[in-house]
This record gives sequence, structure tokens and C-alpha cells, in this order.
Amino acid sequence: MRERLRPILEGHRGHREALIPVLQKTQAELGYLSEEAISEIAHFLGLSKSDIYGVASFYAQFRFQRPGEHEVKVCQGTACHVRGSARILEEIQRDLGVSPGQTTADYKFSLERVACVGCCALAPVMIVDGTVHAKMTVSQSKKILAQY
Amino acid sequence: MTFAEIRKKAVAEWEALQSSSKPRILVGAATCGLAAGAEDVLAAINEELAGRGIDALVTRVGCIGMCYAEPIVDIIKPGRTRITYASITPELVPQLIEDYLVNDNPRPDLAMGTIGEGTVEGIPRLEDLPIFKPQVRISLRNCGHIDPEEIDQYIANGGYSGLERALSMTPREVVDEISRSGLRGRGGAGASTGFKWERLLEAPGPDKYMICNADEGDPGAFMDRSLLEGDPHAVLEGMLIGAYATGANHGYVYCRAEYPLAIQRLEKALRQMEEYGLIGENIFGSEFSFEIAVKEGAGAFVCGEETALMMSIEGRRGMPRPRPPFPAQSGLWGRPSNINNVETWANVSAILQRDADWYASYGTETSKGTKTFALAGKISRTGLIEVPMGIRLGDIIEEIGGGIVGGKRFKAVQTGGPSGGCLPASMLDLQVDYESLAQAGSIVGSGGMVVADEDTCMVELARFFLAFCQHESCGKCVPCRVGTRQMLTILERIVHGQGQPGDIELLERLSETIRSTSLCALGGTAPNPVLTTLRYFREEFEAHINEKRCPALSCTDLITFYILPDKCQGCGICHRNCPVEAIAGDRRMVHVIDQEKCIKCGTCLDVCPERFGAVVKVSGEEIQVPSEPVPVTAPRPGREDAASDEV
Repeated sequence: MRERLRPILEGHRGHREALIPVLQKTQAELGYLSEEAISEIAHFLGLSKSDIYGVASFYAQFRFQRPGEHEVKVCQGTACHVRGSARILEEIQRDLGVSPGQTTADYKFSLERVACVGCCALAPVMIVDGTVHAKMTVSQSKKILAQY
Repeated sequence: MTFAEIRKKAVAEWEALQSSSKPRILVGAATCGLAAGAEDVLAAINEELAGRGIDALVTRVGCIGMCYAEPIVDIIKPGRTRITYASITPELVPQLIEDYLVNDNPRPDLAMGTIGEGTVEGIPRLEDLPIFKPQVRISLRNCGHIDPEEIDQYIANGGYSGLERALSMTPREVVDEISRSGLRGRGGAGASTGFKWERLLEAPGPDKYMICNADEGDPGAFMDRSLLEGDPHAVLEGMLIGAYATGANHGYVYCRAEYPLAIQRLEKALRQMEEYGLIGENIFGSEFSFEIAVKEGAGAFVCGEETALMMSIEGRRGMPRPRPPFPAQSGLWGRPSNINNVETWANVSAILQRDADWYASYGTETSKGTKTFALAGKISRTGLIEVPMGIRLGDIIEEIGGGIVGGKRFKAVQTGGPSGGCLPASMLDLQVDYESLAQAGSIVGSGGMVVADEDTCMVELARFFLAFCQHESCGKCVPCRVGTRQMLTILERIVHGQGQPGDIELLERLSETIRSTSLCALGGTAPNPVLTTLRYFREEFEAHINEKRCPALSCTDLITFYILPDKCQGCGICHRNCPVEAIAGDRRMVHVIDQEKCIKCGTCLDVCPERFGAVVKVSGEEIQVPSEPVPVTAPRPGREDAASDEV
């Protein structure tokens, strides 16, 4: 783990200011923040593990469990909501059998709800692995997920 | 190279570009353009050009604000007027290129408008269209026109001349210039920018921080994203000016992680500034030194609040703290700091590039200048606009926005995001500025405007905003943490048909307490959507509570779908399409919905053939229908061909 995180930690001074950027890069590398990773980071920054968990758990971005192969985010912001995003999220939940924040049993999909991605003019929006899909309908969202 | 030399070269290159002998194609490739399919359109364009051996200059530009019409492609043939084409798909690309580039047919049917000098027959000028006519794009001046990844294009269009001018003035003079312009913070609070800068200028050094708030957390707001993606230098130049004016030497841009393209563009822009000596030590060869680092947010709406934002930069939980002390006295790491919003910075650079009096000539007495608004929701022309303060609200919705999509009726517009309020049709004559909106119970906020139509339930909308605030509450203070939870519980009971008399009064009492005692503006403004919907749509609340009826026919627990026995023809389409198999019936039998199984998805209503119209959605009433399928007795609505009734 130390070796894997070395390139990330090396780029930062061992100060608290580096905590969030380090956590972000670690999650980008590992897919989530494992207990082992947090141990390493605690050691590097001279902070306690509980302190780091305290900060990391405050922010919605951080995951503490292994995510699925594909990340599905359904925007629930105001504009998307007014254009029916709640229905889409409901249907996807039903199809995948998971709630937002969970991963399917076969580790294929992780589902997240996100508050707003700033594409409000093209609501409703769904993002799969970073690709933004606009003007979604229930049937379109099913079709897109079936491709994976 | 000196800046004068850099600019000379940049201008020469820009002019050469304008009079290029090659056709130029600009494609809107900011996040919304990409979401609409601009990447595929770009690929199709490049493929077509290569196939035809046409040597053209293809550029990715930022958002021009007509998001409803994306993907947008602009074509400038050598020596000809620039034409904007809207809703371009990869399929349309080959025709468009052949027709216009090869055969000189500008395809007025695909064109939206022309930009700049000259006219083209059959195509209106973009600035004459209702969507653009009232607009004055100051902060958005370059978006959609320049390549945001080319600093030289920014420089050729007046870029960094504002900084140049600022450096020829004293810091005090620059602060006064901003004060005279009347610029108020565009992030939401609307505090006088000049006033905030004065406080930082007065504060002692040696370390002072200047911060750009790019957290843009309001759902429905995307102006900061568009600015950072489409013209990052306008924002960065503003920060340099502000740093010089106040004696700040360290800068941060705190950008939410949900905006990866914006972060990428910012970082590239900073590298380009470094190459030109526009950042770092001795900028423009002066005594002024300033450095900027980008910090990413990590998914917390509350970090848009300035004290929480600073906590986040420090690597802590993003929890606000009381003010005073204000950031100018004690901010980042206890040092004097100032935070301004992205749009505010873009206005600063514009003001220094021109002058304060020009900026103050727009707007109203107390709200000077222009403001961006993000139009979203049930409006026809969704997108990003910039208009002088004081414009009539109805003009934004009807003229610029094109009214409600699908010809439905306007019901309300939520301004200012979750901190704001819903304004009804009776408020459409309102002048949009800080004071007027506050009086009406709402706020300008970041500029988000989400439009609701007759099908939107206002009680549910209030619940939605409150749920958002509740979810994002940092938890530090009781009024917000517990108060919003209690309000949400009450609202959830109401939308689920369990409202009780006295609920409205309880919501109002709770709202007052939460508003006046919360530690920060998140809690302080969380009750606003509820208060305004109670003020303007009280009868909807009363219907939900007293009659268990949702007038908008939206709240799932308060609506029921029925198949009318005197209209049903037994065609079976609803039965086949019901996702939970809740409809019983055979051919030529009146179908019946099992209300226990029904999930209120509305599919049966959507698929029932229009000429039958046998499915209805009602609220607060019960319709008598058979408990089991019975033979169809209703006459078939005038059709010779019986066989075609079934699909």
C-alpha cells in the first residue's frame, strides 16, 4: 500500500492542508478509501485515523467500500427533479436492485444520486463512468445501462 | 517578451484568424454541449472535412448560453458572416458541410442566426432574436467566441488590459473604482465588493489570501461552470486585480469536484499565465507578486459558505463558524482573507478593462451592472443568459425564455436555488434586482431560475428543497440540524396524505426560529422555499392537508388512476405495458386497475390511445369502476377499421 500511494504522497507536504487532495487522489487510484490506505495517509500527515475519518466522512465524494465496475450517477437537482429525474432514479433502483450509495452484488454497477452537475438546461441528466447523458427518459436510461 | 509585445503578437494572430483564407468552424464543447452530443458532432465534422480534403480550422469553444439548442456549430467562411447552426447532429453534418462549404447554400432552415458584421438572406441576426435582444453579456463576453484554452485569444480581446490598467493605479484607486461601479457579490449574498476589498486592504500583512468561490452548489445554477469552462482567464485576471488592490499575495480557486472540465481549464490557464509572467513573482515587472492554487471541493453544498469553504481548504470538516470575526480580519489559517464568486471576478476584469461608470450605467439604483441567470425547468429555451439588473421577471420567462414548454401554463419560478423562493404568475411584473426580489420573499441568489408549470406540485417542490438542505446540513447547530429535520418530517407527512390541521402553523413557527437562529445561511435560508410557497400557494397546502388532494395531480400517494368503463374498448395496450402487471382484462373486456399493486407510474395514461381516452388520473375523489373486468359496452369511437384498434 505504501508503495502504491508513494507517488501521491510525495507530491504533497505532510500538512493537514494536503489531506483532502491526498484523499481525492487516493480514491482515484484505488476506487475507494480502504482502511489500509487511511492508515498510510495518517502516518504520512501525522494525523490520527479518527481525525481523517472525521474529515473524509463529512464529504459526499468519498467512498469507504469497493465500488462497482461502472459508476451510475443520477442527478436529482432542482431542474432535473422538475423534469422527472426522481422517476428515473426509482426505475434504475428497481432494475439494478440497489439503493443510491450501494453496489450491485456482482460488482458491476454502483449507483449514486448527485445533487447537481450543472447541466440543468439538459435535464434530466444521468452520468455513467463520466459520460454525461442528457434529456433522459426511463426507457432511454434502461437502454444505456443494458449496454454494459 | 514584454506584455506589450505579447499583446501585439496575439492581436496580429487573432486578426489573421478573422481574415483567414480557411473556413473556421466553432463547436460549443463545454459540458452541456458535450452532454448534448458535441463530441460525436466534432468527430463527424473532422471526418467529413478529411473525406472532402477541406482544410478548415475547427475550434472547441465555450457555452454561448443557448443550451436548449445544443449541439451548436458556428461556421465562418472566409470573408463571410458568421452563422450559428443549432441542434446539429452527426447525421446533419455531411449535408451541412456539402451545402454550405461546398455549394454555398447557407441552409437557412438549420441556421439560428448570424453574428457580427453583415447579413445573410433568410437568416436573422442572432442579437435580434428574442432570446438575445435584452441580453448584455459582460461576464460572459468571450464565452462561445474564443478558444478557452488559448490565452492569446483572451489577450487579443482585451484580456489582461484590466490588470495593466490596475497596475498603473494605486491599490486604493482600484478599490475605489470597484466601489464606484456598484458591483455586488454575484454568488448570492450580494454584498458590496468594494466594501469587502476595503476591509482586506486595511488588514495587516504580510500574508493575505484572495479566494475564488467556484463551489457553485445551487442545483439549477451553472453560470460559474460555463465561465470557468468558456473563459477562465476572465476570472483569473479579476483575481489578480483584486489581489493587487488589497495586498493579497496568495490565492485559491475552490472549485467543486463535479466540474472536472472547469478544473482542467483552470489549471491549463494558470500554466499559460506562468509562461507569460502573469502570475508568480513580479508580475508585469512590478512589485506585485501573487500565486494561485486550485483546490477541489469534495461534495458538500455547505462548503459554498465562505467560512466552511476556508475550513475545507485547511483540510477540515466544512463546518461554518460565527462571524465576526469576518474573513478580512481572520480567515484562512487566521490570516486576512477575502472570498468572491466566479462571476464577480469576471465582472471585475471587465470593469477594469473598461471603467466603473460604464458598468454602473446598467442596472438599477442599488443593483448595478448585469447578472447571469440560468434558466431551467419547464421553460422552452433553457440556457444561460446575462441581463441588466432591473429587467422585468416576465420578460425573462416569456421573451427570452420563450414561455413554458409544451404549451402548458406557467405556475411559478424558483429563484435563488434552495435559499430562495417560488414566485407566482402575479409577480411577473417584478423588477429583478436584489431589493425587489427580497421584498417578494425570494432572493436573486446565484441566479438559478427553475420554472414550474401547472403539473408541478408546489408542496412537493418545497419538500424537495427542504430535503436538499436537510441532506446538506453540516450538523453543527441545532436549529438547522434538528429544525430542518422536523420541517421535513411534517412536509413528508403532508405529501403522503397524512397532513394534520395545525401543520401549516407549525411550519411557519419552525421557519421563523430556524431563520433567525441558524449559524450560517444554509440553515438561515432553508425555510425560504417553504415560506414562499405558503405565502403564494397556501391553498395547495390546505388541499393536501384537509382534502387529501394534490391539485397538480402529482403526489404519488394522493393520486389514483382509473380506467373508465364507459370509454374502455378492451384493446389491452395498458395491460401489456403496465410494469407491475396491475391491470386485469382481456380483449373487449373493460380493463381494471388493481389499486393495491398500482405504483402510479402513469404508463397506462400515456399508452391509452388518444381516441379512447379511457384512463384518468384524479386526486381527492373516487370514481366508481367495476371490481373485475366486464364486457365492453361503450360504442367504438367512429372507426371503420375494427382490426386496427389493437396493436
